[in-house]
Amino acid sequence: MKSAVVIFPGSNRERDVARALKDAAGSTPAMLWHGEQALPSGTDLVVLPGGFSYGDYLRCGAIAARAPIMDAVRAHAARGGLVLGICNGFQILCESQLLPGVLMRNAQLRFVCRRQHLRVERNDTAFTGRYLPGAVIDVCVAHGEGSYAADTDTIHRLESEGRVAFRYCDAAGELTPASNCNGSVNAIAGIYSQGGNVLGLMPHPENLIDDLVGGTDGRGLFESLAEARRAA
Amino acid sequence: MKARVTVTLKNGVLDPQGKAIEGALASLGVPGVAGVRQGKVFDIDLTHSQAGEAEAALKEACEKLLANTVIENYRIELVA
Repeated sequence: MKSAVVIFPGSNRERDVARALKDAAGSTPAMLWHGEQALPSGTDLVVLPGGFSYGDYLRCGAIAARAPIMDAVRAHAARGGLVLGICNGFQILCESQLLPGVLMRNAQLRFVCRRQHLRVERNDTAFTGRYLPGAVIDVCVAHGEGSYAADTDTIHRLESEGRVAFRYCDAAGELTPASNCNGSVNAIAGIYSQGGNVLGLMPHPENLIDDLVGGTDGRGLFESLAEARRAA
Repeated sequence: MKARVTVTLKNGVLDPQGKAIEGALASLGVPGVAGVRQGKVFDIDLTHSQAGEAEAALKEACEKLLANTVIENYRIELVA
């Protein structure tokens, strides 16, 4: 699988995600500066990593969404190419209108940094094929603006089209007020584009890929991507 | 030419920051505050000489960057 990780000024999770991709897919992703105009030819997957692009000025992800490389990312997505946005990357995808809705300030107004269970809503996508249906995975969250919101019609469309990728849940997979770590509508932690080829999520699966740091539940996402590419 | 752009959250959009400010004002004993919505103000210097051109440029600025029109409204005022 040929992947490219885009680096914006203020990105800080690009190395973690590059390592996760290398471990899962066996090939080192290209690291791409945001000022570039084009993706390396033959790119299968573009990753927008976590961090604080442009210091979260104006709105999280707002300025990065207008970076030169984003036109190429939009064209890649329009061709059906895979795009993964994690945390700040999810905010950038929403700001660039590759995904609907917006990530608002956490309901409790505090930066939340903790382990968090997620329910995998479906396992028939390029991102989740390695998980069992309804699997509950244990990953990390670290964000101040992760409360997913959208108008009622958009939420209805996401739900009825099966475009919710992950929900915040407890260890048993139940959706409770305490497990919704940021007050997201319907406990939404990640969503797909209409074509299912663009995924944005607030949690960090790339943190949990090695027993050394306490778990490997995040590996499945990267292994799924590698496998989807092999099958394609 | 100078302009002021005000960006505010649309009605119905939850504003936890506004709620926190409202609570802080109440705890300071400021009387009569029934609600707070917070937003952003941009003071912008322009080189345009025509008001119409300036307004068009500001509208473009708001639509493309200054406001996220999914959740925010904007207001443009030319000031002298």
